[in-house]
Amino acid sequence: MTTYYSEEHEWISIEGETGTIGITEYAQNALGDIVFIEVPEVGNNYDKGDEIAVVESVKAASEIYTPVGGEVIAINESLESDPALVNAHPETDGWFYKISISDKDELDELMNAAAYKAYIDGLE
Amino acid sequence: MMNKQGRPTDINTAASLSPESFTTHTGNRGLEQDELLIYEIGDTQRTGVDLEDLPVFESRLCGITRDNEIGLAGLSEPEALRHYTRLSRKNYAIDMGLYPLGSCTMKHNPRINEKVARLPGLADIHPLQPISTVQGALELMDRLAHWLKTLTGMPAVAMSPKAGAHGELCGLMAIRAALDKRGENRTIVLAPESAHGTNPATAALCGYKVKSIPANKAGRVDLRALKDALGPDVAAIMLTNPNTCGLFERDIIDIADAVHAAGGYFYCDGANFNAIVGKVRPGDLGVDAMHINLHKTFSTPHGGGGPGAGPVVLSEALAPFAPVPYVVHGEDGFALVEHVTGGGDSFGRMTAFHGQMGMNIRALAFMMSHGSDGLARVAEDSVLNANYVMASLQDIMTLSFEGPCMHECLFDDRFLEGTGVTTLDFAKAMIDEGYHPMTMYFPLVVHGAMLIEPTESESKQSVDQFIGALRHLVAQAKSGNSALFTGAPYLAPLKRLDETLAARNPVLRWRKED
Repeated sequence: MTTYYSEEHEWISIEGETGTIGITEYAQNALGDIVFIEVPEVGNNYDKGDEIAVVESVKAASEIYTPVGGEVIAINESLESDPALVNAHPETDGWFYKISISDKDELDELMNAAAYKAYIDGLE
Repeated sequence: MMNKQGRPTDINTAASLSPESFTTHTGNRGLEQDELLIYEIGDTQRTGVDLEDLPVFESRLCGITRDNEIGLAGLSEPEALRHYTRLSRKNYAIDMGLYPLGSCTMKHNPRINEKVARLPGLADIHPLQPISTVQGALELMDRLAHWLKTLTGMPAVAMSPKAGAHGELCGLMAIRAALDKRGENRTIVLAPESAHGTNPATAALCGYKVKSIPANKAGRVDLRALKDALGPDVAAIMLTNPNTCGLFERDIIDIADAVHAAGGYFYCDGANFNAIVGKVRPGDLGVDAMHINLHKTFSTPHGGGGPGAGPVVLSEALAPFAPVPYVVHGEDGFALVEHVTGGGDSFGRMTAFHGQMGMNIRALAFMMSHGSDGLARVAEDSVLNANYVMASLQDIMTLSFEGPCMHECLFDDRFLEGTGVTTLDFAKAMIDEGYHPMTMYFPLVVHGAMLIEPTESESKQSVDQFIGALRHLVAQAKSGNSALFTGAPYLAPLKRLDETLAARNPVLRWRKED
């Protein structure tokens, strides 16, 4: 299972044709206590870069842009009642949605773990 | 203990003693009284009004009469009055002290405005009265419109929008109407990263896609990035000037020219017009539409104190698309154009009536009591005060962008690095010092933003005291006294509230205990 990262601080882990997407530890830390998450509907199609979800924290509301295009095949239903999951486990239990990737070439534009770490170090 | 003037008027001595020795039977602490919800105070056995018993009558409600108790709490008049007076004492208001909420322009509301707005000839009229009986009110609107056009150098103004964001909607609807008339289907609205959140929201509401323009290192729109983003798809740019970092957009004329050359319109968010009123006319800068927050620039009460008003000035190109109703000079005096007549280009109507009359009155009173020279002084003094605050704090707080600033100055949280104190904690500690906090975490372009707008209302003595309080807090934070901040406010009627819990589990409804 390979994980990629976007400059907007989303992660996507790949299993076959399916990508699981969430926000990174860096993103949850920057957002602060998350109070509400709007996830997409299963069955909807999105292009890479489309606004797909919204995260509201005590500090700000932020849009989530999907790092790859495709059809949403599952959402994390726990987030509705327990948005704090994203603060506690952003890169595991706090996943947002699963997408059936339409074009795996889009992954090439994302970063691997080492490149993402260097990227956020540069932001400090 | 003595106060700062050496008089024995110590505030809150009890706070220095153990709380246990001051446990009171009522839960009140001297003049700081505990307050219940109004439903918890009242009951159904009491009332503040003495209604006559109804004579026997035949109900014509055909069986839909209520058969259960409503259960609304009744209170006597003094109880109701005391409840709201006690609540108001827990509040902070511009009438109590400096209110440095950046971008909100919490300036003094002169009492002459209130006096004029309460004149029966203005306060007791109704929008549906015959036009012949409200000639004075229409003249007042016409005169206010005249001065708004004069101050902005624009040929037309729509008076009906009821707030800043409503004005934005008016402006973008005029732009869309103009583009429709040209037969063009442009889909994108540009907005800088630092824009007020209402700008992208307005554009989205009008069906546009929003594209964000980055800022340059000086905190202003990156002209090159803007020019790259322009094209045949761009309907308009929405830009605030001075911008939300409190900086004047120096390239504004180049920006306007570039947008016009690409066939788009220039919407200026006039929220910060108070910094340039009487000094700069937006019409001279190439603006096509701009709302004016009467409640900011012209001091009408807002922020819980009253409704706003957001008249929109329009350029020659957009004037034909202005909404109805508007005041015209007719044969028999003033008249209101209420309908779009055949062939007219007006995009229609935004409000039931003609706008926020009470705010119109107060704004005109503010203008006339200041005069044109006084309005220029408003801009000068608000800019002077903000620069004084900036200059007095920039050695110990971290200024986000190099000054001079306009009417507000922007700091970020770099100066708190390593102290364990966040912008939020710092703001809460200001409450203990007796101040409403500044705007925090906005604009989003800097980390842990603190945006301070003192306004022209404050004297040097008042601003000096504020600066002194901030310098004291910064020194405390840097000396390691983080507890002063992380638990603040200590001295407010309510202590640190759990914002996260409140947002995750809001309790919005009171229920009677069985």
